[in-house]
Amino acid sequence: MTGTGIGASVKRVEDQRFLTGNGNYTDDINRPGQSHAWILRSPHAHATLKSVDTSKAEKADGVIAIFTGADMAADEIGGLPCGWQIHNKDGSPMLEPGHPPLAHEKVRYVGDQVAIVIAATRDAARDAAELIEIDYGVLPAVIDMDSALAGGTLVHDDVPNNRCFDWEIGEKDAVDEAFAAADHVVSIDLVNNRLIPNAMEPRAAISDFDRSTSQYTLFTTSQNPHVIRLLMGAFVLQIPEHKLRVVAPDVGGGFGSKIFHYAEEAILTWAAAKVHQPIKWTAERSESFATDAHGRDHESHAELALDKSGKFLGLRVATKANVGAYLSTFGSSVPTYLYATLLAGVYTTPAIYAEVQTVFTNTVPVDAYRGAGRPECTYLLERLVTKAAREVGIDPVELRKMNMIQPDQYPYQTPVALMYDCGDSPATFASALKASDYAGFEKRRAAAEKSGKLRGIGISTYVEACGIAPSAVAGALGARAGLYESAQVRVHPTGSVTVYTGTHNHGQGHETTFAQLVSESFGIPIDQIEISHGDTDQVQFGMGTYGSRSLAVGGPAILNACNKVIDKAKKIAAHIMEADVSDIEFADGKFTVAGTDKEMAFGEISLAAYVPHNYPIEEIEPGLDENAFYDPLNFSFPGGAHICEVEVDPETGDSEIISFTAVDDVGRVVNPMIVEGQVHGGLAQGVGQAMLEGCVYDDNGQLLTGSYMDYTMPRADDLPNFSVATQSVMGASNPLEVKGVGEVGAIGSPPAVVNAILDALAPLGVEDISMPATPLKVWQAIQESSVRQAAE
Amino acid sequence: MPTVSMTVNGKSVSAEVEPRTLLVQYLRESLGMTGTHVGCDTSQCGACVVHVNGESLKSCTMLAAQAEGADVTTIEGLANGDELHPMQEAFRENHGLQCGFCTPGMVMSALDLVQKNSDPSEQEVREWLEGNLCRCTGYHNIVKSILAGAQALKG
Ligand code: FES
Ligand code: FES
Repeated sequence: MTGTGIGASVKRVEDQRFLTGNGNYTDDINRPGQSHAWILRSPHAHATLKSVDTSKAEKADGVIAIFTGADMAADEIGGLPCGWQIHNKDGSPMLEPGHPPLAHEKVRYVGDQVAIVIAATRDAARDAAELIEIDYGVLPAVIDMDSALAGGTLVHDDVPNNRCFDWEIGEKDAVDEAFAAADHVVSIDLVNNRLIPNAMEPRAAISDFDRSTSQYTLFTTSQNPHVIRLLMGAFVLQIPEHKLRVVAPDVGGGFGSKIFHYAEEAILTWAAAKVHQPIKWTAERSESFATDAHGRDHESHAELALDKSGKFLGLRVATKANVGAYLSTFGSSVPTYLYATLLAGVYTTPAIYAEVQTVFTNTVPVDAYRGAGRPECTYLLERLVTKAAREVGIDPVELRKMNMIQPDQYPYQTPVALMYDCGDSPATFASALKASDYAGFEKRRAAAEKSGKLRGIGISTYVEACGIAPSAVAGALGARAGLYESAQVRVHPTGSVTVYTGTHNHGQGHETTFAQLVSESFGIPIDQIEISHGDTDQVQFGMGTYGSRSLAVGGPAILNACNKVIDKAKKIAAHIMEADVSDIEFADGKFTVAGTDKEMAFGEISLAAYVPHNYPIEEIEPGLDENAFYDPLNFSFPGGAHICEVEVDPETGDSEIISFTAVDDVGRVVNPMIVEGQVHGGLAQGVGQAMLEGCVYDDNGQLLTGSYMDYTMPRADDLPNFSVATQSVMGASNPLEVKGVGEVGAIGSPPAVVNAILDALAPLGVEDISMPATPLKVWQAIQESSVRQAAE
Repeated sequence: MPTVSMTVNGKSVSAEVEPRTLLVQYLRESLGMTGTHVGCDTSQCGACVVHVNGESLKSCTMLAAQAEGADVTTIEGLANGDELHPMQEAFRENHGLQCGFCTPGMVMSALDLVQKNSDPSEQEVREWLEGNLCRCTGYHNIVKSILAGAQALKG
């Protein structure tokens, strides 16, 4: 036994370099002869570019070159593509207006790229950028979705009413019938607040072009370097894959925001061939706020039909989703297939219908942010169900229980396309109720009341879908890419192993977890195993890391490649030990011949594979190096229950989380320590959304929350210690039986927090509060409700 | 361009820099010591925390020239060869880092807390970290790491 296999809380392999300051993030890299870029950005949300005069700036000290959108247009550079095509209700495709990397003729949000200044130093580039003279023809900006849909001001002239698409899912007639037969109808209007991802490492890139080989290299802060190579190479710059290397080295957090192909990557790569020297660009935090794709931003109206006993009969949802000024890489899939397909939640609601309109506005593009669609869905459902419990007069625990999918109902076909493969929501719910001492809550509420505080408890039970696949299904729904993963397991002559994975590690601990898979498979300790990722010249192919897919999709690829290695090694072992292959057994790193004491160590076989003196050369090739591509059978469906307890100070509106309990079903757990850490991080972002974070644009499209002074990031003293546990039904759709854990915290937690605050405020007659539930909003809600009650 | 000299991790260093160069730029760009990170432009994230003359300081808030002659310690100066400093070890043991970007600042900040308060409570740790942002960990394991590191340092 190695002690480093599946199920062990192995300390992380990657920590040594991060703890000693030896991480290798993009901005830490410098290339010989490198120049520096500053991107000049639009200060206006909507304007025509009447003229852009770079002549003065070009003469400034240290300036090497300046390029504008006109230069890129002259080179016929393509627009940034969207990776998922959605169809309208009438079957026509969504509208996809062009997205030039450097704005041409028009700018469409504050921060839109107008010019790149390349100079000897970053300061010189920045100073020169101030000398560029631009005559902007300022246009009215359209920021909120209702005004956008009313038409008038158009973000793109060829998109009427700023509507990108109008999509639907589910059976409208069946839902209408359900509502006609209902005893109760509960409705709710919700805003899912717009968030700014804020990975702590700002985006950065370094491009290079080798004239002698026509080879381009791009270092970039990406979650998926092969996807960037494909999108940028094939759709934007027309560079074939073999001439384009994309490297995503250590990346300081992503949370979705580093999935997308950003304009700066294409601009820098294109410009490197013009200036014949490497170009480095690193965003300032202000640029991150203004240009990293934002998350969420939905407005929804939802109605739930119930029978007399409280059974859910039907659900009707209408959502408007802001996609910002341009369609980002996955901007169209998030508010559709990652959102409305989960509207059954953990419940047996038999009829569901949802319609989603996506809207262009003069704001930064909106795309996937940790959870991507599933937090929006969970928030809607769990707020609505909680409201239903209150209105219909059934305990919120009982109402959930009586509507939950039971363990014997799996596989469970929902009315909105997905088939849940396995799960046990009643079990995780029961555990969370117990762990949070739900039964003892009223006593605690009474105690808090004595000290002048309002206590509340809030529940969220959820299911989510991750590891999006199979590719054929995703393709049928509009995905323009495959969603498999690949792995190469290279056993070296002396028996150590390098694994090349197409997923990307930016904090998730893959270098440890994936090594544990190999340790388990080969029976060797993890210090004999290296995980390599992030360089398209090293890794055969990959789709990267997002949607909690790495272990669920990338893991089985590694496992399959390991199994191929073992199969081949058995043949070698059989030859050398003069036995039949069927008699060779492999366990704990040793090949043995059944019924004998003959054995060979893993390292002896690998050596034989590379020094094939005594070898079945007619049957197999030398070497021990195997590839696998894995396309899953289904999504995986993590789920669970989150329970939050808060105390509100009615004098100040300040809410404090007293306890937060999460019991999550994430399938098989490979490294419990890392899994807990992932849940903690997701919960923090969920609590941030619920209580602290909110992106605000003014009516002119100026970002009012553009720095850490204006946008409230969760800090250590805003958060509690979390009580987290896993309670899993093993995954049914992949051989590792894993489900995915990266997003569960952010998906399940926001409604638990808001439901808790509303529960605390219920005695005061407060019925609604929007996220983020800041002290000001809570205090205002208390004041308004007391005024209203006094009037009644 | 003026020459700025100081001691970094026990070694005398000097480099010519523009007057507007920040200490963090001096460390990262002039000395190539990239363990100290830049996470913001408003001095709020704490990714850049180093020790200057024994006190923690956000190295983006100080000009390199102001550190002339100072004694600076960065994350690169903590470990003894391959042997981690007890606070670094506590972060590793308690999974106090994920992407690692905030980590150098967290560790340097934690060390200053512990030298001022050798036995901090959980609440004191959380309050001390007011100037250090982490987007990955939810702080749970960072707080745990610092409490464990403090105990280890007390010996
Ligand atoms: S870089 Fe953010 S505080 Fe210094
Ligand atoms: S570990 Fe990633 S920001 Fe803290």
